[in-house]
Amino acid sequence: MANLYWIPKAWLIPLLPALAFPFIAFITRKARGLSALTAILAIGVSLVISLGVLWEVIAHGITMDNPVEYSTVWLQIPQLLKIEAGLLIDPLSAVMLLVVTLVAFLVEIYSIGYMEDDPGFSVFFAYLSLFGASMLGLVLANNYFMIYFFWELVGLCSYLLIGFWYHRAEAARAGFKAFVVNRLADFGFLLGFFFLFIIFHTFNFRELAAAIPAYHNVGLLTVAALLVFTGPIGKSAQFPLHVWLPDAMEGPTPVSALIHAATMVAAGVYLLARAYVLFASLPNVMLVVAYVGGFTAIFAATIAIAQRDIKRILAYSTISQLGYMVMAMGVGSMTAGIFHLTTHAFFKALLFLAAGSVIHALHEQDIFRMGGLYKDMKVTTVTFIIGALALAGIPPFAGFWSKDEILAAAYHNGFLGLYILGTLVAFLTAFYMFRLIFITFFGERRAGLHGHESPPVMTIPLGILALLSIFAGFVGTPFTARGFSTFVYYAAPHEVEPDYMVMALSTLVALAGIALAWWLYGRPSDLPERLKESYRWAYNLLWNKFYIDEFYLWIYRRIFWGLAEAFHWHDRHVVDGLWDGVGDVTRASGQKLRYLQTGNLQTYALVFFTAVVVIALWMAGMGGMIR
Amino acid sequence: MITLNHYVALSALLFCIGLLGALGKRNAIAILMGIELMLNAVNINLVAFNRFLQPSQVVGQVFALFIILVAAAEVAVGLALVINIYRRRLDTNIEDLNWLKW
Repeated sequence: MANLYWIPKAWLIPLLPALAFPFIAFITRKARGLSALTAILAIGVSLVISLGVLWEVIAHGITMDNPVEYSTVWLQIPQLLKIEAGLLIDPLSAVMLLVVTLVAFLVEIYSIGYMEDDPGFSVFFAYLSLFGASMLGLVLANNYFMIYFFWELVGLCSYLLIGFWYHRAEAARAGFKAFVVNRLADFGFLLGFFFLFIIFHTFNFRELAAAIPAYHNVGLLTVAALLVFTGPIGKSAQFPLHVWLPDAMEGPTPVSALIHAATMVAAGVYLLARAYVLFASLPNVMLVVAYVGGFTAIFAATIAIAQRDIKRILAYSTISQLGYMVMAMGVGSMTAGIFHLTTHAFFKALLFLAAGSVIHALHEQDIFRMGGLYKDMKVTTVTFIIGALALAGIPPFAGFWSKDEILAAAYHNGFLGLYILGTLVAFLTAFYMFRLIFITFFGERRAGLHGHESPPVMTIPLGILALLSIFAGFVGTPFTARGFSTFVYYAAPHEVEPDYMVMALSTLVALAGIALAWWLYGRPSDLPERLKESYRWAYNLLWNKFYIDEFYLWIYRRIFWGLAEAFHWHDRHVVDGLWDGVGDVTRASGQKLRYLQTGNLQTYALVFFTAVVVIALWMAGMGGMIR
Repeated sequence: MITLNHYVALSALLFCIGLLGALGKRNAIAILMGIELMLNAVNINLVAFNRFLQPSQVVGQVFALFIILVAAAEVAVGLALVINIYRRRLDTNIEDLNWLKW
């Protein structure tokens, strides 16, 4: 380990964007170009170091069981508490570092074009830098305390960036909603790792990994694991806390791409991978994780087929794909989950940025008011279709390999139900993506909207992400020798066997989805409208997102307000009554007693002196008695 | 022969005069003078006890010096207050100075 060059410099990766944030906020704020340059330079150098780290992890045989850890004690109370600050570098964090820095780098370049006319240009880059720093810190953390610290910081950045256009009421409300929902989940996570600390007296991941298998109080551990799992439920937008992510689309589109598609929402999946020892030792919790993920995947996919807003469709797609990843974790394939996280980061960032390119040109988000855009926006159209093919799981695009690995894992680990469900989701995914494409990019031009291609500063990141969406999957195909599955794994590395049945079925299903989308939306037809009329109730259910928001609102208005009313009454009449009574007694006695105060200093002095005499006499008497 | 009792009696007498002045006088300046008398009575006590009970030590004398110092400071503050009150109200009659009342 003596000749490592890049890995000992890994602490610079989060530090550089962290320094860029105050630098932009305080120094270059007025100079827009300089602000963007600072942010991009910082994340660019981080990207280079991340590449170096990944290269050294591979070259020096650093494996999941044999990671590099740098740690220093941050706070210590002997025998009670020890909080470390440290870096844990293993294949998992090395891959995540590359994904985060790469996507962040491309998104920041894209933002130069997208945010061009925005008065908050510099502030936007400052926030992006802060987000980059927090996310990279989260990835590198070697203990729960530190990961929680950065977990909250990315939550803060998310809040700031969702509400970036805070003068719009919806944006401010969406930021607020995201913050509140995440706060709820984070509190569970906090309790969860406090539980772990109480049991094992450490926050450190590796120490916990060593201690957990030897611990046999399954009940207590199950509670801790379920509480830790609430963190990912909130951050990775799993049912029933998924409600914040679609609203988070009020933020600028680059933010949606970076934070709410590629990186931050994947932090929950990353946490599951980091805490995998805990979950893998508890089959019941794994079952919960698997079914929450599977249900979220199909739930969100069905909502996506009825939405009209281009970004909301992508948001529900993100929720659905995150469900896939969580399901992969639950069925016991951490490799497949992280692999899908990686490829999804590339193609979903691509889809969002391409959608951003459309929004930038049209200032319109309703897909039914677009049409025929391929004539004006060739690059955007092509890259969007590449992203959609990757998402739909058409070979040989990246999404195919990772999604296929999840389905194969579900099938081979005995979750037949989840396998069928996952295949159904693949069908729905292909359908809603190509519905979007046929409506938006093909067909007739709608009146009043004229697209134009975005500047190169936006299309070049699209091109790079498109290449990644095509090729990134090849690191993990079943045909790749010593591929992803021997790199990022839990317990023992294993080669994935190609399962042609699973592959063929998922491809067929995806093609069927595309064909159905074409049949309904790819040609002039009134069939969609007729279907909508005859199945009005189903359409309404999907269009209103299964009324989850309304349900939460109902709970809030009826139950919380009712409780609040009751508490209010109790507070007013019982608590206040008691203390008002005390106050009244005090005031009434004061009313009477105040006549003792004459205001005449000499009277006071007389009383004072008399008291001294009385006390002196009394003490003299006491002295006499003692003697 | 003057004994300790004589000094204590003198001191008590002086203290009573001072107390009577402090409690009974109307004029603020006279009250201050009364307080000074009481402090000096205490001084006599301290010095006398020092001389008759512990002649080898100077504790009582040191205390007396302290009290003189504190008395000087107290008079300075007290006079400043009285002068200010007089400037505002053209009056140093203590019976009119009852604004601390309810």
